[in-house]
Amino acid sequence: MSERLGPVIFSRIEPYAGLKKALELGKNEVLETIKKSNLRGRGGAGFPTGLKWSLTAAVKAEKKYVICNADEGEPGTFKDRVLLTEYAKLVFEGMIIAGFAIGADAGFLYLRGEYRSFLPGIEKVLFEMQKEGALGSSIMGKKGFDFNIEIRLGEGAYVCGEESALIESLEGNRGEPRNRPPFPVNTGFEGHPTAVNNVETFANVPHILAKGPDFFKKIGTDKSAGSKLLSISGDCKKPGVYEVPYGISLKGVLKLVGAVNVKAVAVGGASGICVSKKDFGRKIAFEDLSTGGSVVVFDAKRNMMDAVENFLEFFKEEHCGQCTPCREGIPVLLEGVQLIRKGGCSKEYLEDLRSLAETMQCASKCGLGQSAPNAFISVVDGFQKDYKLSNKKKEEKEFNA
Amino acid sequence: MKPVCAVEKVIEKNGKNIIVCNETRSHLLPVLRDIQDRKGYISDRDMQEIADGLGIHPVEVYSVVTFYSFLTSKKKGKCIIRVSNCMPNVMSGSKNVIKAFERALKIKLGETTKDGRFTLETTGCIGMCDQAPAIMVNDQLMGKISPNKVGQLIADLKKVRSK
Repeated sequence: MSERLGPVIFSRIEPYAGLKKALELGKNEVLETIKKSNLRGRGGAGFPTGLKWSLTAAVKAEKKYVICNADEGEPGTFKDRVLLTEYAKLVFEGMIIAGFAIGADAGFLYLRGEYRSFLPGIEKVLFEMQKEGALGSSIMGKKGFDFNIEIRLGEGAYVCGEESALIESLEGNRGEPRNRPPFPVNTGFEGHPTAVNNVETFANVPHILAKGPDFFKKIGTDKSAGSKLLSISGDCKKPGVYEVPYGISLKGVLKLVGAVNVKAVAVGGASGICVSKKDFGRKIAFEDLSTGGSVVVFDAKRNMMDAVENFLEFFKEEHCGQCTPCREGIPVLLEGVQLIRKGGCSKEYLEDLRSLAETMQCASKCGLGQSAPNAFISVVDGFQKDYKLSNKKKEEKEFNA
Repeated sequence: MKPVCAVEKVIEKNGKNIIVCNETRSHLLPVLRDIQDRKGYISDRDMQEIADGLGIHPVEVYSVVTFYSFLTSKKKGKCIIRVSNCMPNVMSGSKNVIKAFERALKIKLGETTKDGRFTLETTGCIGMCDQAPAIMVNDQLMGKISPNKVGQLIADLKKVRSK
């Protein structure tokens, strides 16, 4: 395979350059550096990483944890597969630096069950790092800094990508999201302060420390520093993982992968939105199109209602069933989409569905329920040519009955 | 450092699972995974024994087993074929791949072959959308599966399994 190229993660770095620099700087300086770099969480929510670590570091506790969230389940995302098979050492280095900064001595890699076959390779990297003195006790000769990483497997639950559900799962429970607050930074794994970050976030950390926060800030936009890994699939010539600077337009992304005759792009997978052609000037950035990295390209022959139906079927399968808006709302939206496709949905009923979708967005307990109706709303609003509404009210009554 | 994944925590003796405890509740998933790997499913009796070992109610174990789609309380085929049905896979023809598997195995989606060798299921995104249509055969990921490759794939799997 040809070498991957990119502005940050796929750029060159000496092994352990970031870790060595971190140990040299000391805890507070590391926290300051990450804060200065404006690094934000790459899982999709975009919480400032420096702030998260500072909050965890500020809590006085005997035991603290670092968790790497490798439960990427968002349809159309596969960047973590690339990172964990080709850049595992970089990710673990980021975790060790996090452990050093917040004062944790143990970390977990929560690996999704689908990636179980990568386990031997990842374990090999861990053993190597142990041999090289980067894991275990007195890391890199730094007395008093011990850190170990344990891999735990997920068992095929999408909702476990939500950080509090992930912690529940690690504790041996059903992966149901918790009420927040309290946040994991205070009350995380087994009640201990825990910093949960995405695989990609950790992969950025060694680069920031080794090359300085200004190197990182120069890339991207004012509000979104650095780069983003995009997992691009669908109707394009060159699907794959690309590292792009924040601020790149969708047009630029489509050019990169050789996509022609594009009708729509689903940004952010099933929980994201479907962007129509007139908005292809929009940018990948936290302030515009914020995404965990999934980009699915649809060409002119596709009907976007197919996509919405597929996404809602996915959510119906994967929601945890805890809260009412999400559990009851998703099947109603799904039936609504099926009714629209049959041509039996009136304008009035569509309005009802839309208002239900908005209720779900604000009343669901976790990110899954809040984002499940996104695709529905964006397609209903942006792709009116893809469906026809019925003029009759009668069929709607039949459906309701 | 402990070798990862805490699988050595369950030992089987005279057909009984013996959990080497000082395990806590947080080891429930690795323990269940170990049994799932060895037996192919987690029986009521296994759940009772695990619950006893960990000092929790068996219903709690049951609730966990039924929550996760890769854990099962019913016996399935030795080889579980999961076809990804996320959007990029559907767009590149995963439905035809499913049909091809149904024909080759003479079962419907969700069923197990009579000889207990194969189970056919769908699953959400398996992170192989750049190589769609993709499938998971037990824990192995395979990409670019076209319907006409399915017959050969099944033949290969049968060979490996009968060895």
